[in-house]
Amino acid sequence: MIEIENLTKRFGDLTAVNDLTLHIEEGEVFGFLGPNGAGKTTTVRMLCCLISKTSGEARIADYDIGKSEDALKIRRIVGFLPENVGLYDDLSAYRNLDFYARLYERTESERKEYIERMLKMVGLWNRRDDLAGTFSKGMKQKLAIARALIHDPKVLFLDEPTANLDPESAKTVRDFILELKKEKRTIFLNTHNLDEAQRICDRIGILKTSLIAVGSPKELRESIWGRKTVIHLSKIDDDIVKEVKMLGVKKVEIIDSKMVIDVNNPEDDNPSIVNAIVKAGGQIQFVTELRPSLEDIYLKLVRT
Amino acid sequence: MKLWKSWTVAMKDFSVFKRKKYIIYSLVATPLILSLLLPGSILLTVPTGQIPSSLLTSLISSEFSIFIILAAILPTVIASYSFIGEKVEKSLEPLLATPTTDGELLLGKSLAAFLPSISATYVGAIIFIVFVDTLTYGQLGHLLLPDLNTAVILVLAAPLACILSVEFNVIISSRVNDVRTGQQLGGLVILPLLAIFIIGETNPLAINASHLLIISGILLAADIALSYLTRATFQREEILTKWK
Repeated sequence: MIEIENLTKRFGDLTAVNDLTLHIEEGEVFGFLGPNGAGKTTTVRMLCCLISKTSGEARIADYDIGKSEDALKIRRIVGFLPENVGLYDDLSAYRNLDFYARLYERTESERKEYIERMLKMVGLWNRRDDLAGTFSKGMKQKLAIARALIHDPKVLFLDEPTANLDPESAKTVRDFILELKKEKRTIFLNTHNLDEAQRICDRIGILKTSLIAVGSPKELRESIWGRKTVIHLSKIDDDIVKEVKMLGVKKVEIIDSKMVIDVNNPEDDNPSIVNAIVKAGGQIQFVTELRPSLEDIYLKLVRT
Repeated sequence: MKLWKSWTVAMKDFSVFKRKKYIIYSLVATPLILSLLLPGSILLTVPTGQIPSSLLTSLISSEFSIFIILAAILPTVIASYSFIGEKVEKSLEPLLATPTTDGELLLGKSLAAFLPSISATYVGAIIFIVFVDTLTYGQLGHLLLPDLNTAVILVLAAPLACILSVEFNVIISSRVNDVRTGQQLGGLVILPLLAIFIIGETNPLAINASHLLIISGILLAADIALSYLTRATFQREEILTKWK
């Protein structure tokens, strides 16, 4: 659905996005992580044809973002929630959506049907005649998501949808995105929230001007962190360590009474390791897998 | 270009303006006060018959040039909300993400500033004409207004001044982030127009229909020149990355 090849954007001497290559499948929820100024918003703006690329290629549903004749077609099939929701506070919730539905060339009957459906979906139908300016931040965010969906887009770009929201509102918005995921829409989610990315996204890309990693949370863990087995022992001595190292494991770390062992394939390697420890007289209390959080992976990547 | 999209943008802005009391007051009060105060200062303070009919005709006719200035003042109030207001409310980005062209958006925004301004100017002009004719008919025995000067002002000079002001405000909007600053800077457009009014007031015979036609020609040339600058300013990438 989204094909990006060597996409680059420069503002004068500043390179905002460098040589980005990425392929996102239809129905996939893709999370874009990165520190402030990493180029996440610039990427989304290029993909929504709001700003031009400097070089490279990108296609959305076979439309080329670099062709001016395709720009309107792309904007017709994508929905965009910017970081600042940008609602018209002096218009009602209904009128806000109606304005956008008109610009997306919805007929009158389509407008009525979609606005009702969207407002019901975000739980604001009973507040449809209230001014958007009277809404809480969470309600505004939901209304803005409804606005991004008013033309039933194939692709949805969400730029920091839960930023500046209290935990309850953020959860409401996250739950709503999970509902959208069930509808098999392609969702491109810019976020700082690692927990959110882990829970919602099928795959995650970590951007720091260039794309430094991409994959599912599980793949990122395994490729960047590797797989580690933690064995809690009542006591560790040199014989036990020597016996384990003889198995040819990549690395053994001793932390207090724990052995942290880098393994290639825990399903195959762990039984041999356990046998070796028992053979060396070790008393095993627990065997667990060390699972780094996405935060550990993210920090490791962006700090290098 | 789909004109109905521009109209949709303009209609949305009208809905927003209806809730901005400052805009409503400006659109109603400014033309009303000028329409009554200016002719009233002559006709209600000097006893009937004290001013010769020819001078009275020239005085009133020259005062009517205030509607060129009014047509330029009113867009500064509205256009600053129309453009800078979108910036302040951060609503430009989602608007720019819709399948509308830069031209459709610019036209819609310009119509939103132009139509209420020129309508208020015309309403003010009608009040002025009716007020003047009511007070002068007894002395002159005929309707003083409208005359050729008022026709040139209402058909050419005022709309062209209004367009100039809208374009000038689009350019100002790209450089400021505050509605009031936008209004103050946008108001600079009336300075050259003020000269016409002052000349007319100090020498009522100095401004005639020919002069007004020349002024209209200059305004048209300025409108065309500014329209290029406005279009260069009002482009998506420019708005998102350089409008500060």
